[in-house]
Amino acid sequence: MAVVADGRRILSSIVASQMAEHARYGGVVPEIASRRHVEQINLVLQTALRDAGVGFRDMDAVAVTNRPGLLGALLVGVSAAKALAMALSLPLVGVHHIEAHLYANFITHADAAFPAVALVVSGGHTDLFHLKNHGDYVLLGRTRDDAAGEAFDKCARLMGLDYPGGPAIEAAAKSGNPSAVPLPRAWLDGTPDFSFSGLKTAVRRVVQSADPPPVADIAASFQEAVVDVLVTKTVAAARQAGAPPRVLLAGGVAANARLREKMQAACDEAGLPLLYPPPALCTDNAAMIAATGYFHLQAGRGSDDLSLDIIASEPLAVRAHVPNPGGS
Amino acid sequence: MTNNLYSGDDGVTLTAESPEETRAVAARVAALLRAGDVLCLYGDLGAGKTTFVQGLAAALESRASVTSPTFTLVHEYRDGRLPLFHFDVYRLSGPSALADLGFDEYLAAGGVVVIEWADRIAAALPKERLDIMLEEEEAGAAGDEAAVRRRVTLDGREARWFGLRAAWEREVC
Repeated sequence: MAVVADGRRILSSIVASQMAEHARYGGVVPEIASRRHVEQINLVLQTALRDAGVGFRDMDAVAVTNRPGLLGALLVGVSAAKALAMALSLPLVGVHHIEAHLYANFITHADAAFPAVALVVSGGHTDLFHLKNHGDYVLLGRTRDDAAGEAFDKCARLMGLDYPGGPAIEAAAKSGNPSAVPLPRAWLDGTPDFSFSGLKTAVRRVVQSADPPPVADIAASFQEAVVDVLVTKTVAAARQAGAPPRVLLAGGVAANARLREKMQAACDEAGLPLLYPPPALCTDNAAMIAATGYFHLQAGRGSDDLSLDIIASEPLAVRAHVPNPGGS
Repeated sequence: MTNNLYSGDDGVTLTAESPEETRAVAARVAALLRAGDVLCLYGDLGAGKTTFVQGLAAALESRASVTSPTFTLVHEYRDGRLPLFHFDVYRLSGPSALADLGFDEYLAAGGVVVIEWADRIAAALPKERLDIMLEEEEAGAAGDEAAVRRRVTLDGREARWFGLRAAWEREVC
């Protein structure tokens, strides 16, 4: 939970971290997630307000993630947000989780603006968007199987590294040779789509081979394969989208230093300004939800009422309609 | 991967030479599906479980692009002939973690529930289900994904799945 002023000033941001418990199981445990949500939500609300030095009456609006996600967890947040909005007569904004990742860039960069091409890369998503304006987005490409962050997690597990796999592989890769192990890169005939399933299978074969190379070399080579594809396709999409003035990077994998470094180099070469949030705002956080609510209201996109629903699956944007040359 | 759900005598085993053939097997299964069905997928990382669900969704006339729900745990595809609820329980600690996913609600929601890594929640699985085991056969050249063959074994108790088996056995012979 977070208190954010004017969309850009984070007064407080509380993460009721469950990472230690999840790490014990090597993954997220929804029962823990949802039960903890109920137990902690009032305490977290009080802490967020206290740390921000504000009271209930100082708030101008309430924003909450209502899609997509685990229904049990979404329900706890949306119910609390509705109670706050009703009791305080405040506008309520239901926020799409992926849109909030994009707006994390607006918190720290005063020059963040539309239009842009954005790569959202996390455990659950690998999406390329053309952002035309607030709320006006077109899907350019997405993963056809595994998300990049998922590939990091699964390959870390194959290599015997810790959860979460992103930081573990990044750390192991530091002492490895990124070209030591030949691993496939799925270019998919130059489309803006991604595929990391074959890479995962290839890493499994390397790990399970009779004489596997050092883990550091597998980690570095794997990371390089993922980063190469992400960087090449993002820059290609940005060029193809008609010279957008900037590239945005968002989502948990955007915290990866190698991805930032290579994306920066490629964008520099292409003459494209690149923006990405600081690592704490790349991973899931509440400040980005609050900021999205602010920009949503500022852009005149309206507010929700108490009928605001929770939605398990919903894409942020769809692909552009391609006119049928047959004309039917 | 071994799984005690399989006696070796049960079920019908097919070979898929490519991801397209894995999707085609799924399409044959999809033709028999009705509301309330539960499909359980078993197999190692990279065995083709998500590929199978892609074939299922397409055959159910969903236009959605199906991706792995490992992180998000459940994806809903409601635009097809039947709603398809795609679970991945790879990261769950066990059957008791299912409650917050709304698992029972999904079972009763009038759609088809398909579960990747179903062996992780074996105790919570309904008896009426179709088990689908995906296995990679002896790998060819490393990295040559196109050359990898997969064994798909289907095993279900209900009469209509036996029909599926009979149809396949006729084709294979």
